[in-house]
Amino acid sequence: MRQIGTTLVFPLLETQSLLELTRIEKSFVGNEGKIPVLKGVSLSLAAAESVALTGESGSGKSTLLHIAGGLESADAGTVKLDDKDFSHLKEAERADLRRKKIGIVFQQFNLIPSINVAANIGFQARLNGEFDAAYIDHLAETLGLKAQLQSYPETLSGGQQQRVAIARSLAARPKIILADEPTGNLDETTAGVVLDQMLALVSETSAALLMVTHSSTVAARMQRKVHLSGGQLT
Amino acid sequence: MTRTCLFALLSHWRRNPLQLITFLTGLALATALWSGVQAINSEARASYDAAAATLDEGQYDQIRARGDGEIALSSYIDLRRTGWQVSPIVEGEIEGLRLIGIEPLTAPGGFTGVQLDEQVSLGSFLSTGAVLIHPETEEDLSGNLFQNMEIVTNRNVTPGLAFTDIAIALELLQRERFSRLIVADQQPLGRGILEEVAPDLIVQKAEHTADLGEMTDSFHLNLTAFGLLSFAVGIFIVHGAIGLAFEQRRGTIRTMRALGVPLGKLTVLVAFEMMFLALIGALIGVALGYFVAASLLPDVAATLRGLYGADVTGTLNLRTEWWASGLAIALLGAFFAMTGKLWSIARMPLLASAKPRAWVIATGRTRLFQAFGALTLAAAALILLIYGSGLTAGFVLQGCLLTAAALALPLLLDRILSLLQRSSRGVISHWFWADTRQQLPGLSLALMALLLAVAANIGVSTMVSSFRLTFVEFLDQRLAPELYINVEDAAQSRALDAALEKHARESLIVLSTRSEAAGLPVEIEALRLGETYRENWRLLDGSPKAWDWMEDGEGVLANEQFARRAGLWTGDRVTLQEGPEVEIVGVVGDYGNPLGQLYLDETLFLSIYPDAVPVRFGARTDDPIALRDILTAELGIPASAMTDQAAVKEFSLQVFERTFTVTAALNVLTLSVAGFAMLMSLLTLADLRIPQLAPIWALGLTRQKLGQLELIRAVALAATVCLFALPLGLALAWILLAIVNVEAFGWRLPMFLFPFEYAQLWLYAFFAALLAACWPALRLARTPANALLKVFANER
Repeated sequence: MRQIGTTLVFPLLETQSLLELTRIEKSFVGNEGKIPVLKGVSLSLAAAESVALTGESGSGKSTLLHIAGGLESADAGTVKLDDKDFSHLKEAERADLRRKKIGIVFQQFNLIPSINVAANIGFQARLNGEFDAAYIDHLAETLGLKAQLQSYPETLSGGQQQRVAIARSLAARPKIILADEPTGNLDETTAGVVLDQMLALVSETSAALLMVTHSSTVAARMQRKVHLSGGQLT
Repeated sequence: MTRTCLFALLSHWRRNPLQLITFLTGLALATALWSGVQAINSEARASYDAAAATLDEGQYDQIRARGDGEIALSSYIDLRRTGWQVSPIVEGEIEGLRLIGIEPLTAPGGFTGVQLDEQVSLGSFLSTGAVLIHPETEEDLSGNLFQNMEIVTNRNVTPGLAFTDIAIALELLQRERFSRLIVADQQPLGRGILEEVAPDLIVQKAEHTADLGEMTDSFHLNLTAFGLLSFAVGIFIVHGAIGLAFEQRRGTIRTMRALGVPLGKLTVLVAFEMMFLALIGALIGVALGYFVAASLLPDVAATLRGLYGADVTGTLNLRTEWWASGLAIALLGAFFAMTGKLWSIARMPLLASAKPRAWVIATGRTRLFQAFGALTLAAAALILLIYGSGLTAGFVLQGCLLTAAALALPLLLDRILSLLQRSSRGVISHWFWADTRQQLPGLSLALMALLLAVAANIGVSTMVSSFRLTFVEFLDQRLAPELYINVEDAAQSRALDAALEKHARESLIVLSTRSEAAGLPVEIEALRLGETYRENWRLLDGSPKAWDWMEDGEGVLANEQFARRAGLWTGDRVTLQEGPEVEIVGVVGDYGNPLGQLYLDETLFLSIYPDAVPVRFGARTDDPIALRDILTAELGIPASAMTDQAAVKEFSLQVFERTFTVTAALNVLTLSVAGFAMLMSLLTLADLRIPQLAPIWALGLTRQKLGQLELIRAVALAATVCLFALPLGLALAWILLAIVNVEAFGWRLPMFLFPFEYAQLWLYAFFAALLAACWPALRLARTPANALLKVFANER
């Protein structure tokens, strides 16, 4: 809630974008020359909104997700997060934004192998100075990781590792979670359980969720679905 | 954020203790050998400085009596009266101690090397009698010596030397005359002419006095080269460990960046982490270096005493220059080893592949760079060989050659392995050679280290063994007399000479004086020519008639050192300082002696130095025991004044053996470090090998078989490296013998080959490689099946 003059103005969450990608273009140079992957893609996400990003392999879904997370730069277009355009920010500033406002879940988990599960979950929160032991305990409890907190990633199953990655992405209470096929490496049953847990926790935090997925079942669980094809969203 | 990031970075080492051990041990070993050698060098140099300051060697001109006689008090008074600013010195041996008496009132400023006022007043030095000695010397003092005298210890005094007032020294040494006079820098213009005031005295210029620091430079340079070689091998280990740590943490670094750690901060933290660990390694290394130096120093001291007559303290002091240089070079080495990796982090795209790679695969560009480097250095070595001169050029040549060979090694091995791969018929052997080739980039640093260590061992052992052979032969020639006898004065000398004439087959004299010729300091030695010299002394240059010409007083012989330094060989003429111009009629080899020498027939010698009296004789006899008895009975010469040939030879060989104890120790240490480098490379590679070996295991090769193949691979690579090390080591030996030794000592040694020693060394190298490969191979053979299965489950 913001106060302007003497009038109280309530932000219109439904209409105001949290993440706004405008006319994003991206090409890669291959053996056959420049290959355009994203051709002026625009997408916006409101706070607490969940969006599934689908598309064929190689359609540029992950690239768009990386651009949304400031992991990769677009050739053209702007990326605004919480009203701040970070498409032209320096590396350190983008890192700062990512640390404070974005949670990322990778398909390959990308946990830090040398620290235990508890330290992995709390890593990003500690980076921000927002470590909340009770919340992390709650995340571990909800994701069924309590017994594994002192274990190291290499001793966990794929499903458990992905749960740790999800917990890590939520522990810093980000405004948006970017998930790149978080259940792509898991069997159907485990994937279903992990997705349930993830969606429950995301809704608790009111964070927005942009999830890349191949699965129509997973996509159906999101509030909205966008499809990337031929470098454009449909 | 800093704490969290550092925690994550440092946790890598907690989870990979072997890598941490590799890193710290590599750096500690490198620093230990380097700082150990530096500690020895700085200790020795401090001793030389102390000696130079105390004895005033090289600083002031000195006046000596012709023919090494003594200076009468009257001559000293005459010189002072005619304006000469000189100060008398008396020196002699007393109970194994070199006693030097000075006259502090006339001694030039700074001459004493020790500021008297600091510890003892001039008054007590002159009146009550004080003696200055090194603390180490005090420990060895016998109870009666310096009784009722104030003993003042000072580290600036050379060990084995005592320093007191001249009156006390004259009394203790039972002398009446001075040994030499020190000439002050400032002399009055109207002073008398030396030849007129004291015709029996000559001035010896300061620059003609032997400078210990200069003389021993080659020895220290040699040690430094060894230290540097060991350091290079150690840095290879560090480089490997750092490389692996970076490779394994690519994923972590990517994740940390993705989670919002800025690249700049991450780079600084990684650099801080590495330098912190490097500091720990370096501190351990400096501490180890202290022990290396402390254990080697007594042998170094013996070497320097034996080769150069330089007194070096046998105890080590913690001097800032060596421990600080040890720390600095270790940190610099680690910094350079990590710079490339830090650069790659800084340039690494955030989403670059995070899959651990089994080391950076040598790209075509790296190979091109290696080939270019090897060729450039080989060309530089060739240019230095043809045009270079001086000791430093010799060492640079060695450095260029070794580095060129090390750089070329991976390329040569790659060619060989490629050939083997193509010529192999069986499917396993084909895979084996292809896989070995793939491992090459990861192992190349360790293999380079092994090549350098084995080549250095071959080179140095060839040099030492060639030296030993030549030296033993030389001792046989030089130590022909069966009995050596010392006398105390001229009367005894004449009596002994007459007795030997009667009782010995042939008598030889040991009679020499220091002088200068061709502008160089030289020792003039008298030879009593006879069958012994003709039969035993081998001329390096000159005709067999040289002996006749010498006997006729027509020429002199020079030793190789003098001939090389003066550039005067057979047929050239040389003018002696006190005498005529003479022709050099031959040059003789003279190993283990730093001084240039000229050999004159006894008659010619005595015509130039009529006052010289031989106080040491050599006797040729078939029955040395009988002769010894006769001399004791007839002349009263005590048995302690007579030494038989075997004892002299044994002593000389002892000096020789101790000379190379340090070299041998450093040889072993370098080889051990190389073995360690190989062990660590194989161990660290073993972990990364699992994904490569899992498919082979799945296709039907047992883990035991895979372990055996790992062993065979290590030994095959070590064998090939040893094969390359032989020509490289021999080239190194040739440089040491033909260039470095000639520059350092002034003599050239013939080179001999020692196949048995090389075979033995090869066995050690194989053994080291086998030992290094055993543990990783055993670990591989015992790898749980589920660890291999995880590769396929994509859960690693």
